[in-house]
Amino acid sequence: MSAGWATVIAVGAGTMLLKAVGPVGVAGRTLPASLERVLELVAPAILAALVVVETFAGGRHLVVDARLAGAGAGVVCVLARAPLWVVVLCGALATAGVRALQ
Amino acid sequence: MRRGMRLAAPLFPAAAALGASFGVLARTAHLDAAAAVVMSATTFAGSSQVAAVSVLGGGGGVAAAVAAALLLNARYAPIGISVARSFRGSVAKRLAQSQLVVDESWALSRGDRGVLLGVGVMLWFAWVGGTAIGALAGQAIGDPAAFGLDGAFAALFFALLATLARSRSRVVVAIAGAALAAVLIPFTAPGVPIIAATAAAFAGWRRA
Repeated sequence: MSAGWATVIAVGAGTMLLKAVGPVGVAGRTLPASLERVLELVAPAILAALVVVETFAGGRHLVVDARLAGAGAGVVCVLARAPLWVVVLCGALATAGVRALQ
Repeated sequence: MRRGMRLAAPLFPAAAALGASFGVLARTAHLDAAAAVVMSATTFAGSSQVAAVSVLGGGGGVAAAVAAALLLNARYAPIGISVARSFRGSVAKRLAQSQLVVDESWALSRGDRGVLLGVGVMLWFAWVGGTAIGALAGQAIGDPAAFGLDGAFAALFFALLATLARSRSRVVVAIAGAALAAVLIPFTAPGVPIIAATAAAFAGWRRA
């Protein structure tokens, strides 16, 4: 088996398991109230981390590049209460625009 | 589920374009087109697929590629647990439906399984279809970075975060999560900062 296919199979199987942990292992059970409160806060914590990683991470380095313009455009759109598709479009256009100028 | 499919419509072209860019990247890393499409259909998690293929393309081994990808996808354990309550039915059904959990479907759903599945199905077809086009049409498409798609994702996640940040504790946790991720990026493997940020959520443990 080629390295490519071995990777495809191992990553696919591993990811399917990770995605299944909650819906298959925990579904339907009532969890302790303190754990429920933690889980409710998982979403804002992970989304905030995703914003930082998608904006500043370049491998193991913090980098400032055209993506910051995209993130900034997104913030402006959100403050202007634009719909989601406008936010995404402005983010892409701002990033592409700054990159074209460089 | 219909509502989810409508919500996902504006993301469909972006997901397809990113899928195409993954397809192109996979071919440059000497994966055959079928392997690229199978990976998109089974793994269905963009950043981890890009990471795995980049490691292979850069001369790294299978073990390094798999480790990088699974580290990036470890966040799906806490994400899946946070939506687990809404999943019902047989184990096989829940296993199949859980595969539609991706960042965007989870964040848009806000705990509504129907919305999650609707968004997930739309994005799955966009991602797998895009991969096939990219893997087969190859370099004819051009460099996806020129379209600014990478910067669009930060904007998308910020918008989704803004809809969630409706209470003081959520805002505090979001700021703490962002700070944790920023501090850890230079010191840990990609993927670790995102999982570590979930530690901020434990601020809710004691609060009654």
